[in-house]
Amino acid sequence: MKLRATARLRALIPALALAGCTGWQSAIDVHGASAISLKHLIVVIMATCSVVWALVIATLIVALWRRREARESAIALDPRRQRRMTLAVGGAVAATVIVISAFTVSSFFTTRQLTAAGADDLTIKVRGLQWWWGVEYFGSKPELRFETANEIHIPVGRNVRVQLEGLDVIHSFWVPSLAGKQDLIPGRPNEITIRAERAGVYRGQCAEFCGLQHAHMAFFVVAEEQRAFEAWTALQRDNAVASSDAEVIAGQRVFLSRPCAACHAIRGTAANGKIGPDLTHVGGRKYIAAGLLETTRGSLAAWIADPQTLKPGNNMPMVPLAAEELRSVSAYLASLK
Amino acid sequence: MRDGETKRDIRDTDLDRPALEAALARIWNTPEGLWGALATVDHKIIGRRYVITAFVFLALGGVLAMLMRLQLAQPEARVLGPDRYNQIFTMHGSNMMFLFAVPVMEAVGVYLVPLMVGTRNIAFPRLNAFSYWIFLAGGALLWISFVLDMGPDVGWFAYVPLSGPQYGFGKRADIWAQMITFTELSALAVSVEIVVTILKQRAPGMSLDKIPLFVWSMLVTSFVVIMAMPAIMIASSTLILDRLVGTHLFNPAEGGDVLLWQHLFWFFGHPEVYIIFLPAVGMVSTMTATFARRPVFGDLAMVMALIATGILAFGLWVHHMFVTGLPRLGESFFTASSMAIAIPAGVQIFCWLATLWDGKPIFKTPLLFVIGFIVTFVIGGLTGVMVASVPFDTQVHDTYFVVAHFHYVLIGGAVFPLLGAIYYWFPKITGRMMSESLGRSAFWLIFIGFNMTFFPMHILGLQGMPRRIYTYQPDMPWHDLNLFVSVSSLILVAGFLLFFFDAIRSARRGLPAGDNPWDAPTLEWATSSPPPSFNFSYIPVVKAANPLWEQPDVLAVAGGLRINSRELIISTVASAEPEAREASPRNSIWPFVAALATTVMLISSIFTPWAVVWGSIPIVVALIGWFWPKGTPEDES
Repeated sequence: MKLRATARLRALIPALALAGCTGWQSAIDVHGASAISLKHLIVVIMATCSVVWALVIATLIVALWRRREARESAIALDPRRQRRMTLAVGGAVAATVIVISAFTVSSFFTTRQLTAAGADDLTIKVRGLQWWWGVEYFGSKPELRFETANEIHIPVGRNVRVQLEGLDVIHSFWVPSLAGKQDLIPGRPNEITIRAERAGVYRGQCAEFCGLQHAHMAFFVVAEEQRAFEAWTALQRDNAVASSDAEVIAGQRVFLSRPCAACHAIRGTAANGKIGPDLTHVGGRKYIAAGLLETTRGSLAAWIADPQTLKPGNNMPMVPLAAEELRSVSAYLASLK
Repeated sequence: MRDGETKRDIRDTDLDRPALEAALARIWNTPEGLWGALATVDHKIIGRRYVITAFVFLALGGVLAMLMRLQLAQPEARVLGPDRYNQIFTMHGSNMMFLFAVPVMEAVGVYLVPLMVGTRNIAFPRLNAFSYWIFLAGGALLWISFVLDMGPDVGWFAYVPLSGPQYGFGKRADIWAQMITFTELSALAVSVEIVVTILKQRAPGMSLDKIPLFVWSMLVTSFVVIMAMPAIMIASSTLILDRLVGTHLFNPAEGGDVLLWQHLFWFFGHPEVYIIFLPAVGMVSTMTATFARRPVFGDLAMVMALIATGILAFGLWVHHMFVTGLPRLGESFFTASSMAIAIPAGVQIFCWLATLWDGKPIFKTPLLFVIGFIVTFVIGGLTGVMVASVPFDTQVHDTYFVVAHFHYVLIGGAVFPLLGAIYYWFPKITGRMMSESLGRSAFWLIFIGFNMTFFPMHILGLQGMPRRIYTYQPDMPWHDLNLFVSVSSLILVAGFLLFFFDAIRSARRGLPAGDNPWDAPTLEWATSSPPPSFNFSYIPVVKAANPLWEQPDVLAVAGGLRINSRELIISTVASAEPEAREASPRNSIWPFVAALATTVMLISSIFTPWAVVWGSIPIVVALIGWFWPKGTPEDES
């Protein structure tokens, strides 16, 4: 019986249920140090405000429907009652002052509590562009540096300093399950610290209106154990490896001979474009087109065939390809794990 | 007084009442026909036009809202593409803020303030006529360009660089910026008129402590407009300079600053909220007093709260920029100041509650809207306290939580009082009552529909749904609530349709109202419904804060005004002692011509900056015509 009630509750709030099991994009379902203390503040302030609202409404109801004695005229006021009301209003104002002072102080301390990474923590750079995210990892040596896009991997339990750089218009970096948001503003570098307490995939999304495809400017933060994270970075540093599969080789030829390479880079090949996302390991990312589609051969083909229908207004043009070319180039990209 | 003049002069003390009214009507009436309509300077005709035009814009903005709800009802819907959706949400915000909310509040002020302070017309009545035509032209510019698929698509806040020359293509952002010029011009004009009317044209005896609370709220609002509008004027003009002349004020690559725009915009944009909200506060106080059957408790505290809100309004703008990476100490200051504005808001709420507590409430439709206002506005105020906290805001900023918050403040806090005010003053304006039963139904539909539409948006925001997205993906957990919101909005629409139906029907067939159907205490109820063109046959003398309650028999009257030309009484600022008789301008076509010339100049300047040069010539001609001495009596004084 109790079980059924719980099930019904879950069915009633599929949103919460869903968020609960996937660690999706929510300020309530939190898995990062900052987001956890923010949620704590949100809950405290909201609970207090609910009480305040209930008190006001209770007073309103009594004020409207209480029984009262007849008065002679609108201006015949009872001075004793006026004094009592002055006291009541004064008390309520004093209570207001106390409540908002408490909110101000607790906001101040929450801000101080939020973790701020130092220079020796893992530092990455995120660039916001219409409508995707460039991600750059640094290492102790220049050759350890690499670029990727729309997917950020971080080690669990470590502070990660994210430097934010706006390159065209203003964007906002927001992974609610991990931390609050911070704008990427052209000409004004910002930074934010994120830290995941649990392994998982957390969705983030641009929160500042940035033009036509603001709605489709998502990214993912993959928090994993230190060893998996190191394996991932090692893989990402490597150049793309072309397989010996004939279709893949044909696909690479299409990619390099068509306009694709003018905008995209694939390390280890001649493709060196800087306008679109780095595709060196695109086949290993969970999503393509900034969170629009899960990465499969099929979705890659669909995207390349008609990017303007799937994401109207984005900066990728439709490159006319023969069916065979489309098949091979999507096979090639999917192979870039 | 010279001898020759006494002969020509006819004073109001010389005639009996019917003859006096006939004489006043001759000199104050607006002639029939198109010419009269274009040339009138009667604040009541212009105020009525303003209100009706603003409500037309409300209805149009509502249609846009419904289109957005249709698109968002399902994930990845294809009702609207991103381009049209961005135009629509930009239009919805710009329209509701610049063409509905601010103008409608000023419009009610234009209509009521002269009546409530007991004078015959607003100060600078020709400027008033001009301001209406300019407002209409600005609205037409925005809507015509939207119909032509040239509507602005950069948000009502038009952040650079998105609205700048590099990313804002076509003329869309220019049209937005120029629409701002139109509406700020008209708002500034009205504010100056209202300030002068209140400070210098009050009926004899209406000292500062006897000014009605609605008039106080309009006074504070007008000062806020006068101080806030220059910031947006600088912002929109510099944006136009960047776009048309090639300056780089907002271009970081050339040493410009992107955040400068946000500071300028929000230095205006936050007070804007109070420009909308403070008149609503005045309406609520007025209606609370009438329907609680006692004066508002703590009227001095109420006035102080209005002034405090008006001042604090200028210290909050940075809370719109909490995630732009400003220094932490500065942000803490703005958290404190944003929280502090809850104190005057609290004072007002508590005083209204005390008034209702001590009074004897009569549950007419306007009071229902006041109750609905308290219930919803307190929610909006409390969520406002939440977003004032920097850390809280980093999670909810630019999400549907904020959409919910400001709709609670603007609809709950301003539109509910406004609708109540329409039910309340409709009999004065038209001479007819609106339907009480339809009014109740409209109230409940709007109240329930509003809460069902906007409350779930708080949850959507906490679930991570950002604002201004034209769609969302099916794997996001937002679709059920979005569908619920879209369906609920139909209830809200039904309520508004019922309200419009009632207003239009009652204007023709409502029950006759009489002078003072609510037994209200303020001066506008001392004249007939609708008021004559000259407002009052005799200028009343005010001896109490609630003249119609405290001076129940015939009001004392001040005499001695000329009635063969337009004249009104000028009184001192503090104690409202009569100082002088002042001529009031007659009808004139020139404000209309000047507005037309200004419109041509402003719209042409979108296409070439040289329009500012040659376009000023017709404006100068119109202004010369406007101020040309005509040897009429008004020029003698």
